[in-house]
Amino acid sequence: MTGRLTREEVAKVALLGRLKLSADEIEQMTDQLSRVLEYVDILNEVDTDDVEPMAHAIELRDVFREDIPVASLTREQALANAPETDGRYFEVPQIFEGV
Amino acid sequence: MSNAITSTTASQLLSGMAAGDWTAVDVATAFLDQIQAHDEQIKAFLRVDRAEVLRQAEAVDRKRRERQPLGRLAGLPIALKDLVCTRGQATTCASRMLEKFVPPYDAEIVRRLRAADAVLIGKTNMDEFAMGSSTENSAFQITRNPWDTERSPGGSSGGSAAAVSAGMTPLAIGSDTGGSIRQPAAFCGVVGVKPTYGRVSRHGLVAFASSLDQLGPLAGDVAGAAMLLEVIAGHDPSDSTSVDEPVPAYSMTLEQPLSGLRIGLPVEYFAEGLDSEVDAAIHAAADFYESMGATLVDVTLPHSKYSVAAYYIIAPSEAASNLARYDGVHYGHRAERFNGLVDMYAASRGEGFGREVKRRIMLGNYALSAGYRDAYYLKALKVRRLIRADFDRAFETCDLVLSPVTPTPAFKVGELINDPLAMYLSDIYTISANLAGLPAISLPAGFSEAGLPIGLQLLGPPFSEDRLFRAARMFERETPWHAKRPAL
Repeated sequence: MTGRLTREEVAKVALLGRLKLSADEIEQMTDQLSRVLEYVDILNEVDTDDVEPMAHAIELRDVFREDIPVASLTREQALANAPETDGRYFEVPQIFEGV
Repeated sequence: MSNAITSTTASQLLSGMAAGDWTAVDVATAFLDQIQAHDEQIKAFLRVDRAEVLRQAEAVDRKRRERQPLGRLAGLPIALKDLVCTRGQATTCASRMLEKFVPPYDAEIVRRLRAADAVLIGKTNMDEFAMGSSTENSAFQITRNPWDTERSPGGSSGGSAAAVSAGMTPLAIGSDTGGSIRQPAAFCGVVGVKPTYGRVSRHGLVAFASSLDQLGPLAGDVAGAAMLLEVIAGHDPSDSTSVDEPVPAYSMTLEQPLSGLRIGLPVEYFAEGLDSEVDAAIHAAADFYESMGATLVDVTLPHSKYSVAAYYIIAPSEAASNLARYDGVHYGHRAERFNGLVDMYAASRGEGFGREVKRRIMLGNYALSAGYRDAYYLKALKVRRLIRADFDRAFETCDLVLSPVTPTPAFKVGELINDPLAMYLSDIYTISANLAGLPAISLPAGFSEAGLPIGLQLLGPPFSEDRLFRAARMFERETPWHAKRPAL
């Protein structure tokens, strides 16, 4: 585990997370995240060789329920909060170029 | 009359309405007037719809007049943290991203509260997406601590805690992912409960960190919190992590003191960094229990010093995944200007999310990214198991763990906001309960010399909420702290 981040790494993670950050934000975040990651290094003091990861506090498995059809949202409800819609579908910017 | 109502406990309001002393409209009006008089200063609420609140109260009064069966919270005002979905009413998570979001459905707990004839009085301010410990991360307003408006009410459920403390509602709902009910309850001098993970349905709770999030009650006294948890707890087929265990009648057993109680004091918690006034109040509480016949035992939680580090890997990792849904397509903010699809996502998210949310998404994506996942995320999950094992061992020799809620009383607005790591470290005593999935209660246990409330935390094994309420009530019955209210 290495601590300190570079601005380039921060910019790469921002792209992966689909977050547009200003140059100032990248600068500030590089410093703040580096400090958090350095702090988190204390986890390396702990011997976890034979320890199973614990993803959930109540380790429920294979939760089943009856498969009973119930009413779901209407199209109108599902589209009601969409930023762009034609009344039938969610609208997104053109994905393929040159068509 | 209104002053009498706003300083009355939830249980007394219920019996007063049942006896005909007050109508539900009287009660709602008194709290609405209190909000109107003081919320310009406190800023606990994001939205209150007076006419709609009075309509709900009138409906309860009509049912009572017509002798129809009434729910268990009939006519009681309840404030909701603005991350609980309310059908047809904005639910913003205090974020620009969801500023215009109007849910098409009610959260399961809202369905239960409506069925219990509660009066939903308004939506309270919070740290954006529940990320923060001061309510300063709200995109809309900064909530003030009713005990000292220079100070923070804590967070992320700061609006809910401040509203109860200021007599603007007898009861409120908060959510607790790392202390977000208990810490503001402590800072504002009210009772707050983080139930066992799985005790309350998360259906309709806007997700932050799904393995840690839990909804719970805030109230002016232990009985109010018990009454509210009784209504919202229970299995929900819509949340597969909600546990199918019967819900005990907490309010029925509340007044029964526990005999032979063994109380564990974690040696690691009474160390460097703990404010001396908080330390004194917590030790006085331990002495109180001893005077009531309890046995005090030292317990050790050797991995507690790693809990903040584990949490700030696990919670952001889950958040990075949960918040990927905000894509500017289905709901939420979409940027006006962008260049292609990827840029549309990035610009919308860059504009819609505030600083702390961005920090956590970044931290989470970094911890989950190729090459780092084992070193950060898996390592943190392994340490999480050791933290839980510490508690399992402690509960072999004690029935409850007693601790501070926070290292200090309420800090000042602006004091920690530019130092994220210092803010994270203020959660040191509350985070373990979320990592381990345990129930915990925060209750008033004294005041600092500056007149700020100090909170006491009791933690128990899974599904021991009944024990927590009884132990908390033993303390509350013999101490004056919960009855003190801030001068507004």
